[in-house]
Amino acid sequence: MTVFDRLEAIFPPDRVITDPVRLRTYECDGLTYHRATPMVVVLPETAAEVAAVVKACAEFGVPFVARGSGTGLSGGALPRSDGVLIVTSRMRRILSVDLDRRQAVVEPGVTNLAITEAVRDQGYYYAPDPSSQQICSIGGNVAENSGGAHCLKYGFTVNHVQALEIVTPDGEIVEISEDDFGYDLLGAFVGSEGTLGIATKITVRLMRAPEAVTTLLAAFETIEAGGQAVSSIVGAGILPAAIEMMDALAIEAAEAAVSCGYPADAGAVLIVELDGPTPDVESQLAEVIAICVATGSFEQRVAASAEERAKIWKGRKSAFAAVGRISPAYIVQDGVVPRTCLGEVLAGIDALQTEFGIRVANVFHAGDGNLHPLVLFDDTAPGEGERAEVVSGRILDLCILHGGSITGEHGVGVDKARYMPRMFTDADLDTMQRVRCAFDPGGRSNPGKVFPTPRLCGEVPRVRKGSPGEIF
Amino acid sequence: MDPELIKDCVHCGFCLPTCPTYVLWGEEMDSPRGRIHLMAQHNEGVPMSPEMAGHFDACLGCMACVTACPSGVQYDRLIEHTRPVVEREHTREPRDRAVRALVFALFPYPRRLRLVKPFTRLNRRLAPFLERVHPTLGALAELTPPRSRTRPLPALVRARGRRRARVGLLTGCVQGAFFPDVNRATARVLALEGCDVVIPRGQGCCGALSLHSGYDARTFAKKTIATFEKAGVDTVVVNAAGCGSSMKDYADVLADDPDWRLRASRLKVRDLAEYLVELGPVAERHPLPLTVAYHDACHLAHAQGVRAQPRELLGEIPDLKVREISESAICCGSAGTYNLFQPAPARELGERKAVRVEETGADLLVSANPGCTMQITTAMRRLGRPPIPVAHTAQVLDASLRGLGTVR
Ligand SMILES: Cc1cc2nc3c(=O)[nH]c(=O)nc-3n(C[C@H](O)[C@H](O)[C@H](O)COP(=O)(O)OP(=O)(O)OC[C@H]3O[C@@H](n4cnc5c(N)ncnc54)[C@H](O)[C@@H]3O)c2cc1C
Ligand code: SF4
Ligand code: SF4
Repeated sequence: MTVFDRLEAIFPPDRVITDPVRLRTYECDGLTYHRATPMVVVLPETAAEVAAVVKACAEFGVPFVARGSGTGLSGGALPRSDGVLIVTSRMRRILSVDLDRRQAVVEPGVTNLAITEAVRDQGYYYAPDPSSQQICSIGGNVAENSGGAHCLKYGFTVNHVQALEIVTPDGEIVEISEDDFGYDLLGAFVGSEGTLGIATKITVRLMRAPEAVTTLLAAFETIEAGGQAVSSIVGAGILPAAIEMMDALAIEAAEAAVSCGYPADAGAVLIVELDGPTPDVESQLAEVIAICVATGSFEQRVAASAEERAKIWKGRKSAFAAVGRISPAYIVQDGVVPRTCLGEVLAGIDALQTEFGIRVANVFHAGDGNLHPLVLFDDTAPGEGERAEVVSGRILDLCILHGGSITGEHGVGVDKARYMPRMFTDADLDTMQRVRCAFDPGGRSNPGKVFPTPRLCGEVPRVRKGSPGEIF
Repeated sequence: MDPELIKDCVHCGFCLPTCPTYVLWGEEMDSPRGRIHLMAQHNEGVPMSPEMAGHFDACLGCMACVTACPSGVQYDRLIEHTRPVVEREHTREPRDRAVRALVFALFPYPRRLRLVKPFTRLNRRLAPFLERVHPTLGALAELTPPRSRTRPLPALVRARGRRRARVGLLTGCVQGAFFPDVNRATARVLALEGCDVVIPRGQGCCGALSLHSGYDARTFAKKTIATFEKAGVDTVVVNAAGCGSSMKDYADVLADDPDWRLRASRLKVRDLAEYLVELGPVAERHPLPLTVAYHDACHLAHAQGVRAQPRELLGEIPDLKVREISESAICCGSAGTYNLFQPAPARELGERKAVRVEETGADLLVSANPGCTMQITTAMRRLGRPPIPVAHTAQVLDASLRGLGTVR
């Protein structure tokens, strides 16, 4: 008896994939740099099926990896060639919507946008809005604690998930909720990148659509001027729903992809969205425009209709993939810096571009200092890929140096595991591993991700004193 | 399959939610991203296995992925280059081969199509039996609409009022044989808007069916180009979405023959709605008190990017309200010959679309492609829903321009 026999007993033949050509289409997520062909792919439709697969994995000592829509940018859903890939793309039912309690219960494969679409007509929406919202799954959002442009005001996935049904790494179906007493298990699970089990049912908070929304596009000659405007807006005590910035190269890409009509000669554009009661929005808009003008903005456009607003956002939301139009290959980086250091970090990135002869396009959630530098390279030019890697790594060093973080919302996955020791001491990492071991003593749930050196849970972690000096 | 075109794909997945097969099955290898990955595998030397061929065959060629892709991946060209490779390297079951041969011997030939028409009523009763012989035959019988009278169109319809242009009109195989009224309405609308309409006799198939299925379309393309050259027009107006999209590709189809490529690029091909908006309205629009649901045919919306124009034309008609069909980007499953060769998913998609159409509560469905019209009405019949009348954009405009007050 093998794990294959067991899987074939659980699923009809069309939901167990073993053909090597088919298997390879699952070899990577949105980060194509890391690839591995899974041993087998299964497509469960119910939590009971997920639990049965996970149990089978436990019995045969086989690792498993969860996958939603495969849009992750840190290789979190990178399969194991000796493991089972559990894909949730057929678990896409919206189980219930309760507008009185402002919540919806959905299966993990439901896309982020589908939740909003289901309640939009009634005047509600699901707030976290990753740029990939049209396709990324809510299960993937939970695993990555995904954010989006509007998280500045409304918070990340963790602030919008109220309860979860999970399958633990030994195959038990368990419910965890924000109403539970004791340890905040829900908080631990959100953002755990598939290492603590698989979410099979998600209860999300729905928000009432704001009375008024207004979107401003302001163009600046330089990115520094744009950064100055951001600081002044926040300094004035205004909390916009979103403040996004794009530099000239990112604007060029977005224009090529979706003709979003941003001012062509801008060195940077700022997208500021304000929402709330109409009078507040109106007075804040006037204030924001005044600040932009004062900091050197040469053009301001306020979206006059829902279509115009969508068009402004389309440029921003397509930016990552749009870069494919101006460069054969690129790395999407994700780092965080304190907003006050934005200028210095950008100057540092500029210096890296000159030093390595590699172009970097900048797109960021400027309001909370979450940078998405896009490191462009030609994968057919010898050595360029390696140089791009170096630049990409150095950008993270810059973030850490300024007291920031190596990831804002795309997660650590397999790609950034090696940077973890730069940010955390061994003691920190050991503590995190202990939490993981409490959920997954066998180390079968998405092994090899997040932590640089996998450790068997039986081993007693070395407890060492770490000092910040050791990090660099 | 051009590796350069494949490289444009950055694996972001934005195309997945509008891909009909992904919507149905939720599997990577039946998504645009997965199919592009399969093409890359084949380029690396992985042979065309029956599994791989199956995923290409399952692609409807609806091009929703082209519209959705922010990275500019030309999936339309990729799949067009892939289909002939499938035909060359993959051996189909003998039954499938026979049925494919039958369809390709029938559809691209208007005269043969007209010959089978008298049997279509019988066909429908035979459908369950044919279904058992081969699913494609069942689908074929179920889809063929009942007979309607055909009177040949005149070779020239003169402009009413001041003449503003002279255009050719493609009559199309399926459109011409099963929906002759649409061609008549098209000619009238063009004439009322000031166009001399040249309708060359003996037009053959434009090659769309072959092109979209991986067969050689060059002979059809050349013959069509020659026909319109001979008629002395440089703009051809097309009212069938599938035909328009393939004619716009002629230069690509004939790429390896410089002379023909040049001739192809001289021929301006315009969808009817696209052309009318470019031309601008002169004829008076009379009110039509109707609520219509507009259906985006994939070969119009995705392959030709014609989405706004039909809505604009319909919106200009006084008293007429246009309702949107939810999930409008998702194919109805007709997709050229798809409903013949892949009847099961085609049926599921057709029923999904029929339900969405019904939800609009419209009095009339407007569909600019004969394949979609047959597909959606058949799905409604199968679901036992009250039938909704269907008209082509041309017919609605015709009714308004002529002040008919209402469309049947
Ligand atoms: C163009 C583009 C733009 C993006 N923009 C943003 C953005 O603005 N903000 C942002 O935060 N992210 C963004 N992302 C990243 C990505 O979309 C998110 O990380 C998303 O949450 C991943 O969802 P997914 O369904 O694709 O998950 P996958 O990539 O399939 O998986 C991601 C991780 O989640 C785990 N996982 C999946 N499902 C489950 C489950 N049910 N239970 C437990 N673990 C699970 C996997 O094991 C893996 O570790 C972007 C990606 C792309 C390609
Ligand atoms: S053409 Fe249509 S069916 Fe084919 S991959 Fe694209 S979206 Fe899917
Ligand atoms: S949207 Fe375009 S780039 Fe993204 S996966 Fe689909 S085809 Fe590739």
